[in-house]
Amino acid sequence: MRRVLLFIPVVLAIILGLVLAAGIGKDTTTLESALIGKPMPEFQLADLRTPDTQLTNEVFKGQVSLLNVWGTWCPACRDEHPDLLWLARDKGVPIVGLNYKDNRSQAIEWLDTLGDPYSTNLYDPQGKLGFDLGVYGAPETFVVDRQGVIRYRHVGVVDEKVWEEVLGPLVRKYREES
Amino acid sequence: MFRFILLLCLLLPLAGIAADGDLYPFESQDEQDRFRTLTKELRCPKCQNQNIADSDAPIAKDMREEVYRMVKEGSSNDEVVDSLVSRFGEFVRYKPEFDGRTLMLWATPVIVVLMGLGIVISIVVRSRRNTETDSALSPEQRQRADRILKDSDPQ
Repeated sequence: MRRVLLFIPVVLAIILGLVLAAGIGKDTTTLESALIGKPMPEFQLADLRTPDTQLTNEVFKGQVSLLNVWGTWCPACRDEHPDLLWLARDKGVPIVGLNYKDNRSQAIEWLDTLGDPYSTNLYDPQGKLGFDLGVYGAPETFVVDRQGVIRYRHVGVVDEKVWEEVLGPLVRKYREES
Repeated sequence: MFRFILLLCLLLPLAGIAADGDLYPFESQDEQDRFRTLTKELRCPKCQNQNIADSDAPIAKDMREEVYRMVKEGSSNDEVVDSLVSRFGEFVRYKPEFDGRTLMLWATPVIVVLMGLGIVISIVVRSRRNTETDSALSPEQRQRADRILKDSDPQ
């Protein structure tokens, strides 16, 4: 009986080791969005190219779309740009852009030179909608369903792998729903 | 010279407070205190392990401004925290709510302390019992010892 008790510290140390080992290599910088399953926050923002057009939540109604948060100041956004063009062209996914804390003329120039994958672009120089969406670093990409409900958030660059493994299946799933 | 350095050391922290006050001016000391507590208890989602008071990240600045606006408008501390949690998730709380998911988080220290106390108490009780049984004499032995002591008494 006493001898068994002597093993308690060893067992505790092993358990502690397992708990700590489980945390090694985990990506702690990616946070799940607090808005999953919630409707898009109410917004009214100008269109990037036509400042007189006001865009609202209606943009997201009726089709499953991606919302891509980007800015010309964001190097990773440049990295993912060709992949967004590929998505819009080959996969037929409507991508709504959220031009986040950016400058209008620079943003338009960027789209004119690099190509424009976006079906619409919301111009959010103060980052108001970005703040309501809990954006903490561009690029971020949200999957929004037909009803305008946020279903998923991907933090970081979207590439072919992310599309095939994560975003694509989700978009298909929500397209099949109603 | 020493006095001067001492004075400088005493005044330096005040410079920080003054700067803070200038950036986010409040009408009352109470609001100022609440703002300071809230920005210390909210965590920056970008530069993790910094609170939004210390962080220089743009998102931390946005969050500070939102806290400032809400405190000025008279929102309660809970309302401020909830509004940020609804956007950025539970992650931004340095003090998580007490609920089903965080039960173990809050309970673990208490459980560990109780376990430690239990171990200490059991060791003390056991060692006391051991010394009692080892050294104490049975009633017969005690009588015999008394007798021997009496017999050997020279008087």
